[in-house]
Amino acid sequence: MADDVLVYDDEVIIKDQGYDDHFHEHDHGDSYKSNFVNHYIFSMDHKIIARQFLITGMIWALIGAAMSIIFRLQLGFPEESLTWIKPLLGKWITVDEVTGIGTLMPEFYYALVTMHGTIIVFFVLTAGLSGTFSNLLIPLQLGARDMASPFLNMLSYWFFFLASVIMFYSLFLSTGPFSGGWTAYPPLSALPQASTGSGTGMTLWLMSLTFFVVSVLLGGINYITTVLNLRTKGMSLWKMPLTIWAFFVTAILGLLSFPVLVSGFFMLICDRMLGTSFFLSEIFIEGAALPNVGGSPVLYQHLFWFLGHPEVYIIILPAMGIVSEVLAVHARKPIFGYKAMVFSILAIGFLSFIVWAHHMFMSGVNPFISNFFVVFTLIIAVPSAVKVFNWITTLYKGNIRLNTPMLFAIGFVSMFISGGLTGIFLGNSAIDIQMHDTYFVVAHFHIVMGVAAFFGMFAGIYHWFPKMFARFMNETLGKIHFWITMIGAYAVFWPMHYIGLAGVPRRYYSFDTFNSFDDFAAMNQFITIAAIVVFAAQVLFVINFFYSIWKGKQMKTKNPWKATTLEWTTPIKTGHGNWEGKLPVVHRWAYDYGKDGIDYIPQHIPLTEEEKATEAAH
Amino acid sequence: MATEAAVHHETENEKGAWDGGKQPFKVSYGKLMMWYFLLSDAFTFSGFLIAYGALRFSMPTWPVPDFVFKTAPFNNIGLGHGVDLPLIFVTFMSFLLIISSVTMVRAVQEGHRENKNGVVFWMLLTIVGGLGFLGCQAWEWTNLIGTEHMTMTTNPFGTHTESGAYLNEDGSVSDETFEMGDSYLIHKVSAHGHGGEAHAGDDYSEGSHEGGDHGEAHGFTPAQTAPGNYAGYEITDKGYILRKYRILDGDLAGRTATQEFGPKAFGALFFFITGFHGFHVFSGVVFLIIIMLNAASGLYVKRKNGYEMVEKIGLYWHFVDLVWVFVFLVFYLL
Repeated sequence: MADDVLVYDDEVIIKDQGYDDHFHEHDHGDSYKSNFVNHYIFSMDHKIIARQFLITGMIWALIGAAMSIIFRLQLGFPEESLTWIKPLLGKWITVDEVTGIGTLMPEFYYALVTMHGTIIVFFVLTAGLSGTFSNLLIPLQLGARDMASPFLNMLSYWFFFLASVIMFYSLFLSTGPFSGGWTAYPPLSALPQASTGSGTGMTLWLMSLTFFVVSVLLGGINYITTVLNLRTKGMSLWKMPLTIWAFFVTAILGLLSFPVLVSGFFMLICDRMLGTSFFLSEIFIEGAALPNVGGSPVLYQHLFWFLGHPEVYIIILPAMGIVSEVLAVHARKPIFGYKAMVFSILAIGFLSFIVWAHHMFMSGVNPFISNFFVVFTLIIAVPSAVKVFNWITTLYKGNIRLNTPMLFAIGFVSMFISGGLTGIFLGNSAIDIQMHDTYFVVAHFHIVMGVAAFFGMFAGIYHWFPKMFARFMNETLGKIHFWITMIGAYAVFWPMHYIGLAGVPRRYYSFDTFNSFDDFAAMNQFITIAAIVVFAAQVLFVINFFYSIWKGKQMKTKNPWKATTLEWTTPIKTGHGNWEGKLPVVHRWAYDYGKDGIDYIPQHIPLTEEEKATEAAH
Repeated sequence: MATEAAVHHETENEKGAWDGGKQPFKVSYGKLMMWYFLLSDAFTFSGFLIAYGALRFSMPTWPVPDFVFKTAPFNNIGLGHGVDLPLIFVTFMSFLLIISSVTMVRAVQEGHRENKNGVVFWMLLTIVGGLGFLGCQAWEWTNLIGTEHMTMTTNPFGTHTESGAYLNEDGSVSDETFEMGDSYLIHKVSAHGHGGEAHAGDDYSEGSHEGGDHGEAHGFTPAQTAPGNYAGYEITDKGYILRKYRILDGDLAGRTATQEFGPKAFGALFFFITGFHGFHVFSGVVFLIIIMLNAASGLYVKRKNGYEMVEKIGLYWHFVDLVWVFVFLVFYLL
């Protein structure tokens, strides 16, 4: 009985069987809507905050992507004139007075690479992804009125905003933003005189990211507390959708790893400003020996990567959660191996803390220590593979709707496999001797945590856009966006594997002194062209996004995707407090698709007598 | 019937603390958030202490706490000079902080009893304890920086790695000997410019070691004060006096060597980590004062939640104490 017109009368069900928390007898809800500023700017409503995170993240994504196009132009077409871009970059393009050829200054190339990494990793894929969807979905899918502390939630966004403003300001410094790589290793980050970006640029970078960490911690504490304390009646941990599990573990990872980054930052600030030698030892600069002795740059790397590795899971876990949900909804099948999915999220979360030194195999760590990290790095592939197999099996014999969110979710799985497999290469410290710091690494992490996380984010945006704006995004533009991005992303990153295997190092401004790399000039041009095409497709997405907010197809029913989770039982224009009357009570897990021939049974539908008998029998 | 089933199921749900609609730890969201904040803060401090360990164990020597922290304000006053009081002062300040945790517990307890005056009284004592700790720390830092000339970048507390005898002013070997492992403090020439520690009588660091067996340069007053390399000593640009000595054993026996500064990281880590902890204590005192005033104003009486705000700041205060136990361990005991 696959009934396409099956619609549940949520209002009646919730009114009859819901749980009355006397929400509307309190008066605290009304202050939210009193004026424009409270409602749209300093809002404490998790749904508004989610949209603030999303739109800020999108702006940063455009900036970060535009930066990558500029340095790709340098890499693909080092001989071509960049004079046309001088109006934008100003003095960072030097124009030869005789020939009129404009050249990107190497200092700014490094700044672009550094800012591209910082912006995409922290501002887009941490704040823009986890910040958006944790805020949007945790209260809605758990049946909560809002976050545990709406006020701290608001602060979380505004600290992110402050971090954004500082970082944005640093782009316009006369000495340029920080240019020593997004990892900010000392000594480039510790000595203000080390490079042009190491002075004020690095100071602002540190300020910005310290505020960013405050934002992440405020958000994370809220997410964890909300998941623990504010689940509606019946929403046991094992009935939570996988999105919530993913956001929950993500928040725990952030809570435990970002503070260690702050430890490193504070020590770095002392090295920069107070003359200490935590990370500096025996340094010569411009021929003069510095007084710093006894410090350890590798110590910074440990502190950084203790965050840095969990950070990649902070980025990818929310995407995994979103994809699990989107795949199940649009394949009209229960997610395969729900418990295995949960345990693999937990296992990934745990293991992500004991693999960090695989980023440092070539930094001079003890090879015996490397063995430990090799083993756990390879083990983390196991829960990751469990998830991949479960996604594929969820699709198997599904009644698949190939709409844009589903396409992106499937694209995510493809990207995650391609990028994950190269991770197994890189996780071996012996192979890493050849591969480290080459374009192979660049290809690996861009596919597995860059493109894949973006795909998860796109799947989430297309899927929950109706929930956020009560309208749909344009499906045709969405599909064009998907296919160009999918093919284009592989066109960009696939060739990088070959370049990397040949030993071409990353972060180089030009290769004109290495004749052996001349062979790759054509491949680099190809990559650059592909990157420009992909960037154009993202502009299309942004146009589609903003057009659809005001002009998109209106959402007529509450549950357009016929999904089981609670966010689709709220009114189309979801107000503050999410549910108008009582809160829904949860009776079943989030994946009752196709059960007993019924297309879908939402979580708040009570069990039938038969179902209760079966449950009792287990 | 469906409704009946739902009601039945709902009562089933009532069984488990984790089945939703409840607080599984029976803890309000605010207290839970404080716990998670403390957890994250613990990771920050762990980062610092691990950095401490990594740097300390990469150094050949490390200052001996009994030698570095042997001063106290009261041995200037009552006990006279030259009496070493290793760790006595820091024991006193640790005691103050720990006692302030006890008074904090009492404040929380009175909160549970909804006894406003009790809460205010015990919080006041807690604040006094916290301020006392901060005052002690201020004295300790002043002494280390002003008298013993330790800074973020310079550590004058060294350890001898061989036995030897110091040289006199003219470069001849004196009878002032030391053994391997003995500690020394590098002095600074007096700012007043007449011959080294001219104010030995006023200057605690000068007299402190006389009873000790550290073989320190006691009473050594160089004739020169200008930076330079002299027969029996060297004076650095910043005025530190590095004494020269004759090595008496080992492969290098018979050679002359110059005192070196102790590991730089000691001073940096000490001021950085105790400073970061002190900043936590300071913020704690500020919050304690705010919450005490709120409690005194009767704000929490209305909330009828057993003075939960007091309990939350109490959690923070205990955490700061606990961190001190570890800071104390690594800097003063190990």
